[in-house]
Amino acid sequence: MARYHVTTTINGDEVDFLCESDQTLLSALRDELVMTGTKEGCGTGDCGACSVTVDGRLMCSCLVLAVEVEGKRVETIEGMADGEELHPLQRKFLEHAALQCGICTPGLLIASRSLLERNPDPTETEIRYWLAGNLCRCTGYHKIVEAVADAAREMREV
Amino acid sequence: MLAGGTDLLIQMRGDIVEPSVLVDIKNIAEMREIAEENGRFRLGAAVTGMEIMEHEAFNAAWPGIVDGAKLIGSIQIRGRATLGGNLCNASPAADSVPALIAAGALASVIGPDGRRAAPVEDIATGPGQTSLETGEIVVSFDLPERPPRSGDAYLRFTPRTEMDIAVVGVGVNLALDDSGVCSAARVSLGAVAERPLLVDEAAAALVGTRVDDAALAELSKAASAACRPIDDKRGTREFRIEVAGVLAERAARIALERAGRT
Repeated sequence: MARYHVTTTINGDEVDFLCESDQTLLSALRDELVMTGTKEGCGTGDCGACSVTVDGRLMCSCLVLAVEVEGKRVETIEGMADGEELHPLQRKFLEHAALQCGICTPGLLIASRSLLERNPDPTETEIRYWLAGNLCRCTGYHKIVEAVADAAREMREV
Repeated sequence: MLAGGTDLLIQMRGDIVEPSVLVDIKNIAEMREIAEENGRFRLGAAVTGMEIMEHEAFNAAWPGIVDGAKLIGSIQIRGRATLGGNLCNASPAADSVPALIAAGALASVIGPDGRRAAPVEDIATGPGQTSLETGEIVVSFDLPERPPRSGDAYLRFTPRTEMDIAVVGVGVNLALDDSGVCSAARVSLGAVAERPLLVDEAAAALVGTRVDDAALAELSKAASAACRPIDDKRGTREFRIEVAGVLAERAARIALERAGRT
């Protein structure tokens, strides 16, 4: 198949790349743009490790074709910290030890940020339901839920 | 055909389908909008689960359809997956389909010979199989006018609360007259046959009654009787048949309560 030229915005920067017509956004991010912060877990939309937002909508980048993001706005984990300064969610994940192997972490952070943008004061149940599509095989989720709730608390105060 | 891609991209990855041409159909205006005209909703086939959940007027009119859309996959999946895709993927367990059937939705189908309308229950014919002709796509769903005192609901049984596939799903839609007697009803079952079913006998158990315990018992019996499920690790045949009856009664109670509120 022919290579396609895609122009898009990633983390606020205009980016263009070439990709195959059947290449996923996940693969384009990692293999064409060498933005390897977004992880591949299952590759079938079950685990959420590859979560990104496209035009503000949370999705699994393994289930999006790279050609579909032409003209769209993509946000990935690379855009989360402000230079050296971590996003409150990132800081709280560290403080609460909400990660071990770290493969699920970028996806969980992106999904958590997407939740807090819509709901700055989620209940524990709301956090757990929102993050149901992000699997973590290390932590048992408690620390993740605590970290998200704590970050939400801090972000509401500022 | 690519809409949300949540089924197709997995099939491409697994080499189950190897399309030579892929057409992205989700930038067609009619397919992307939820429109309301004279009290009737037209739901674009490429509207996503999240968009349906966020649409207040649609939630007020058709909460049962939203019940179904809400249960599909995760937030990530609902951000992509479309109602038209859920129907045309033709899984017997598709969560958004029974409530659409119960609602009396008509699929607007466009193809080389023009546009035609087909009841949603006539689209899926078996696992992965539809009645669509080559070149036809479902572009939108036309929902009937919502009379006062009407309500709908969808319930499913799954071992887990999220990220699971229905073992049984039941959609119930009913309307009451001024005296509280059920004047119209439609009942649809998912995951208990080779395709989602419209069950007239179950609806007949409600019409003309006050949807009291006796009517609900009849509904339950009729729902169970309509099942012809598979027997697998996710649910035995006997279990699915029994649960269909139980969920039909519960869904009818929710639909009744919602009808009372409008």
